[in-house]
Amino acid sequence: MELNPKLPEGPLAEKWNKQKFNLKLVNPSNKRKYNVIIVGTGLAGASAAASLAELGYNVTAFCFHDSPRRAHSIAAQGGINAAKNYQNDGDSIYRLFYDTIKGGDYRAREANVYRLAEVSVNIIDQCVAQGVPFAREYGGLLDNRSFGGAQVSRTFYARGQTGQQLLLGAYSALNRQINLGKVKMYTRTEMLDVVVADGKAQGIVTRNLRTGAIETHAAHAVLLCTGGYSNVFYLSTNAIGSNVTAAWRAHKRGAYFANPCFTQIHPTCIPVSGDHQSKLTLMSESLRNDGRVWAPKTVATAEKLRKGEIKVIDIKEEDRDYFLERKYPSFGNLVPRDVASRNAKEVSDEGRGVGASGKAVYLDFADAIKRLSEDTVRAKYGNLFDMYYQITDENPYKQPMRIYPAVHYTMGGLWVDYNLMTSIPGCYALGEANFSDHGANRLGASALMQGLADGYFVIPYTVGDYLATIGPKPVDPNHPAFAQTKKDVEVRVAKFLSMKNGNKTVNEYHRDLGHIMWEYCGMARNEAGLIKAKGLIQALKEDFWKNALVMGGNEEINFSLERAGRVADFIELGELMIDDALMRRESCGGHFREESQTEEGEAKRDDENFSFVAAWEYTGENQPEKLNKEDLIFENVKLTQRSYK
Amino acid sequence: MSGNMNLTLKVWRQKDVKTPGKMVTYPAKDISPDMSFLEMLDVVNEGLIHKGEDPIYFDHDCREGICGSCSLYINGRPHGPKQGITSCQLHMRSFYDGQTIIIEPWRAAAFPVVKDLATDRSAFDRIQHAGGFVSINTGGVPDANEIPIPKPIADEAFNSATCIQCGACVAACKNASAMLFVSAKVSQLALLPQGQPERYQRVQSMVAQMDEEGFGNCTNTAACEAECPKEIKLTNIARMNGDFFTAKFFKSDEVHA
Repeated sequence: MELNPKLPEGPLAEKWNKQKFNLKLVNPSNKRKYNVIIVGTGLAGASAAASLAELGYNVTAFCFHDSPRRAHSIAAQGGINAAKNYQNDGDSIYRLFYDTIKGGDYRAREANVYRLAEVSVNIIDQCVAQGVPFAREYGGLLDNRSFGGAQVSRTFYARGQTGQQLLLGAYSALNRQINLGKVKMYTRTEMLDVVVADGKAQGIVTRNLRTGAIETHAAHAVLLCTGGYSNVFYLSTNAIGSNVTAAWRAHKRGAYFANPCFTQIHPTCIPVSGDHQSKLTLMSESLRNDGRVWAPKTVATAEKLRKGEIKVIDIKEEDRDYFLERKYPSFGNLVPRDVASRNAKEVSDEGRGVGASGKAVYLDFADAIKRLSEDTVRAKYGNLFDMYYQITDENPYKQPMRIYPAVHYTMGGLWVDYNLMTSIPGCYALGEANFSDHGANRLGASALMQGLADGYFVIPYTVGDYLATIGPKPVDPNHPAFAQTKKDVEVRVAKFLSMKNGNKTVNEYHRDLGHIMWEYCGMARNEAGLIKAKGLIQALKEDFWKNALVMGGNEEINFSLERAGRVADFIELGELMIDDALMRRESCGGHFREESQTEEGEAKRDDENFSFVAAWEYTGENQPEKLNKEDLIFENVKLTQRSYK
Repeated sequence: MSGNMNLTLKVWRQKDVKTPGKMVTYPAKDISPDMSFLEMLDVVNEGLIHKGEDPIYFDHDCREGICGSCSLYINGRPHGPKQGITSCQLHMRSFYDGQTIIIEPWRAAAFPVVKDLATDRSAFDRIQHAGGFVSINTGGVPDANEIPIPKPIADEAFNSATCIQCGACVAACKNASAMLFVSAKVSQLALLPQGQPERYQRVQSMVAQMDEEGFGNCTNTAACEAECPKEIKLTNIARMNGDFFTAKFFKSDEVHA
């Protein structure tokens, strides 16, 4: 199939307006004849469900949680960008567009990113009107802060809980539509497949997580708003339940998976404390504004420290290596996420890491406390320091924090055109589940913006075009594709449930997969490592299907079964990520390809050969996936190489 | 590893809502004080799976205290012995070697047990459906800065809005009252200008739904406030009661438009 992003013609600033005019409309009295399925109720899903129901469509929404409000968008801390220019500091739609496309290291579509910047201003208006309690100035107007190294203050926030407040806003809009009977909400229900009938997505197959009932649901369009796949690394800042299954099942039914190896690693997370660790906790990157990152200068000192022979406060100034300040004198501790992360890992790999595991470096506030006073530091970062204390039992006012990078966000995802439609007609992907707006690296405070842009302001227009084209004729739930897809799911569930003689739990396989991905397909990769990882994953997959142990039966709550399905999909995704990373022989955005670096050892992008979106096409079980390329054309921005020296 | 603990767990096991449950004793061996409470349960569950036994089911997801899924009644207290945190933020260093830990689900008629330690809290969602929103559609809203809100009001509304809908307030209350939860949403929107047009209708609808779900009434014991992981204040209940009675001054057709 030819990859057509369906980008509108004309100047950048007019594209979206033009598109909105050219998209077909559904007659108001016809809207109630259409059913739309929405899977996932995070920012993208809840906002889309509410907005489409308001327009008059019949919406059926699904989440695997016990309540739609528990989606992982709720955990986002920092903020949401919008080009409001309320601070009169020179921001504009064009500047937000430019920063975002540059931040993504020129691997996103200009038109998509410009539209994102354009609708960012509407998002803030919408959320405020819903009663989202954003931070305010004493004069009663909205407060902004600069975030993630941006030169302008365009980030709106609600203390350290912006994601929570935005999601509760979308959840309230969703609740209103549930109350009005326009949204039928299924909780504790997991999507296990997409029904593709006559070449179009016409429904899904779900499993009721309480009763085990496997059911089909028919609709004119299916929207996947199912988040990212960071948990392929086992340990990440994602929630335990976050998974790739919905997206992966769609992929195996014909939706291309784009740029899977584009993942974001966040430098300031609380390090792993042992094998029992189930997830990692992010500490806001604002900490790097005042904290200084360092590690012991020598391996010998680090070893003594790890054995408990010396204490961190005993290490003299001259025995400390403030490696970010040393290597990047002009940006220092404020280098971008990928640079900070990679350097922390390098230092730890050299044997200079700290903490019991040796997988951590220090983030030290002693100088900031001296300069500003403990009270000022407390006022700025008190909640983060408390959180750190809670988890580690170490007082960061008295000794430096230990930090280590962790996987945080995935820029890759289902390939979508400008209208957010995947390569399966009628199947859409919104929010982190798609690949579209962040290129090879996402800027801080942009994830919330994209999720809500897709749900509130893009899909209500674009889905109408498709629906108007196919017409309001009811979907036939007796089409053989429904029974067939349901049967496929039942066979798969039965296969898992037959795995009773294995000797390894599903969770143990997941952890093994995570180790492979982190070691060979994390922030730095090379060809030899990736080839090795591919072999390891293939072996893991084979072993999983032979030796994994799955408990219980279908007609009950069975998280062993739920996890088995998710881990099996993660293993397959992991292999595709390795293929994608192998193919992309350039350093770009969050990824350092060791074969592609400057003489100074910094990331080197290769625009000549890799200025494209890699959209992978599933070709069959255990067959290599087919690479489709969508060339990225830059008409408005000049491609430059990043430098932080 | 030195410093690790051996504990005895007494866990509520219940197959489903129809089957009677019982307490079952499990050893939890070699538990690191750095583990979170849920990670300790993970370790016990991995052991159970290896032995071919049904693992203990409990709700959890984000494991950083914000999604509101986890809901364990630990040694007689919702979310365990520490204040201002959820079960997932509790670490094993809060316990001692040799201790017996009793783990139960939330106990309330309106929260029937789903399995083991997980309960059905959909009653909370239905209360939100009844009125926990501002009736506006997407698009066509005023510019965000056209609605100035004094900072102290915005901050107070935020304090109410931090509720994570975990249900600890109900579990803590001898009456299984949901007043703290309902009043937090009512207060958030009653404080803000955006919530004014539907203010009195909202409080009536949400309270009516709360009563219908079978939650008890408030007798001002304040156990909810003491156990709330987000430290939502009792003043929310006072504010809700004020609005609830004020609404009685309106004709019912003015309130229930």
